[in-house]
Amino acid sequence: MAALGLALLVVCWEVAPASAEQTQSCDVPAYLLFTDSKLEKVNFAVNVTRKLDILVVGSRSSSISTAEGAAYPGRLQTLLTDKLPTVAVTVTTELRPKTTAQQMVAGLATLVAERRPTLVIWQTGTYDAIRSIDPDDFRAAVDEGVAAVKKAGADILLLNLQYSPRTETMIAPGPYLDNMRLVAQQYDIPLFDRFAIMRNWNENGDFDLFNTSPGIGLAKRVHDCLARALSTFVIDAARINPVELRIQR
Amino acid sequence: MTSVADPIAGTPPAEAAAPVALVAQAKAVPRSGGASKRELRLDLFRGLALWLIFIDHLPPNILTWITIRNYGFSDATEIFIFISGYTAAFVYGGAMRAQGFVVAAARILKRVWQIYVAHVFLFTIFLAEISYVATSFQNPLYSEEMGILDFLKQPDVTIVQALLLRFRPVNMDVLPLYIVLMFFLPPILWAMLRKPDWTLVLSVLLYIATWWFDLHLTAYPSGVWVFNPFAWQLLFVFGAWCALGGAQRMSRILASPVTLAIAIGYLLLAFYITLTWYVPWMHPWIPGPIEQWMYPIDKPNLDVLRFAHFLALAAVTVRFLPKGWPGLTSPWLRPVIRCGQHSLEIFCLGIFLAFVGYFVLAELGGGAVAHVLVSVAGIVLMAAAAWLFSWYKNVAGNNGGTRATGPDAGLAGGEA
Repeated sequence: MAALGLALLVVCWEVAPASAEQTQSCDVPAYLLFTDSKLEKVNFAVNVTRKLDILVVGSRSSSISTAEGAAYPGRLQTLLTDKLPTVAVTVTTELRPKTTAQQMVAGLATLVAERRPTLVIWQTGTYDAIRSIDPDDFRAAVDEGVAAVKKAGADILLLNLQYSPRTETMIAPGPYLDNMRLVAQQYDIPLFDRFAIMRNWNENGDFDLFNTSPGIGLAKRVHDCLARALSTFVIDAARINPVELRIQR
Repeated sequence: MTSVADPIAGTPPAEAAAPVALVAQAKAVPRSGGASKRELRLDLFRGLALWLIFIDHLPPNILTWITIRNYGFSDATEIFIFISGYTAAFVYGGAMRAQGFVVAAARILKRVWQIYVAHVFLFTIFLAEISYVATSFQNPLYSEEMGILDFLKQPDVTIVQALLLRFRPVNMDVLPLYIVLMFFLPPILWAMLRKPDWTLVLSVLLYIATWWFDLHLTAYPSGVWVFNPFAWQLLFVFGAWCALGGAQRMSRILASPVTLAIAIGYLLLAFYITLTWYVPWMHPWIPGPIEQWMYPIDKPNLDVLRFAHFLALAAVTVRFLPKGWPGLTSPWLRPVIRCGQHSLEIFCLGIFLAFVGYFVLAELGGGAVAHVLVSVAGIVLMAAAAWLFSWYKNVAGNNGGTRATGPDAGLAGGEA
């Protein structure tokens, strides 16, 4: 047992320097951005209509309270515009704090009918986890919401909870993460695994998410990095090759 | 598996008075006397389960990869509940035979009370922890997650709901389940001592009814119990059934190579499927219809896949780890075994240490090294505490003479 412990320690020690340096990189391993599912409508919008409207539906973790523009939806618009210079990209948000998935679903179809987005990014699960809503009810609600958005004619992408180590002894994200993955698989839609990505950053030392009072800077940097990963993910899931797009022009 | 079958020959030390019948039942009385009389494999695996539960309650780190939930459907909770059912039936079943229903029931209820008090104690620590977090945590990134602290605005309601076992913070779900299961142990044992197989059949029927009629207990402020007692009783009763002779009757089945082949095949299959959770590109290799049928694997209701996985694990373990395995007496395994022998204390300590571990990581900064150090330190502390309990019990036993066999003894350490 002691030998095992020692061996583990040695392993960790070798891993440690990487985390100690605190370089502000936020690369995401390819497997966390891998998806089989295809965003057909986004592909069409980028290649044909050249107009991509994204609607982020979510709660407070899709915003930063005192710096709205620095939150990931705003950053996503900037980054996608940079990557797809020939396409008019807009990202709008519909944030309803303290709303469970079930409550959100009610207005989702009308919302999509009114705004006519190409892609809906649905960030959910956090408030359900806080309220410890029955995971079965949560799954039913997400299922219903995804079906409604698809029926209304938009692509949909699910975005799960934040990795929040400080509240892990109070909020159990597991069942909500699992059920979101399940619905994504059933409908063959992409799931942006915000939880795993942020945990990866925390473990690699890119960000210290345990920090009790890091100020607004950390939130901004995390959102910027999330937007980077998300822009890559959307482009991959839509099977778009930005280089090709530029050559076509 | 004649062996999980063979009752814990002799008895847990403190229970000398009780199970005359059981001693008679023990066909293979262990060679050396004294301490080795217990079925050490039960202690070993319960101790191991406690360590794994502790590791699973900490933030994920390298050690998390050694926990069994990463390699199949079931996890340490199944082991803990099964062995708890086994030992409880063994200890109190003997008491019920020797002293009658009323006395045994009273002792069981006293044990229930102890577990309840332990739960309330842990809740108090939890309250202190999150009140601290509420006042010190200022991270704009997590303003939404901080909504969890809203319940501090209504401490009256929250505390009463916690006392009613309806409000359970994360990681504090096992003890309420254990409390409910132990509370219903007297009638279960009563029936089990008369018609063991029928009792097991009733338990299976209740399990089926749980799925059929969606039986559950509601929690506060919303949702349901994370471990549904209507479903999880199956493991507990099954453990009791094994302890009271069922395992012996199954020994033929367990010794058969067909059983072994099925068990190993199932374990490999479960491992493969678990692998697809962690390696996304493997995911398309699971046929769609199977996936539709299989998911979600329902932990609250003890999914059949989980139960089967536990059975397969147990069958393989019993096969390859015979009762007389010399390693059981090795000093290297003694810390785990001791932890298993003082399960309630060590369980509570584990929950407490998980809280402390979080606190340390949060205050002193994370990093892979710190994570592993915290995990290892926690396990060392658990082992040290178990050593202390054993030492005290020995001393108290030697000094107190007959005290150790008195009715309270099982509660002091006998560990049902």
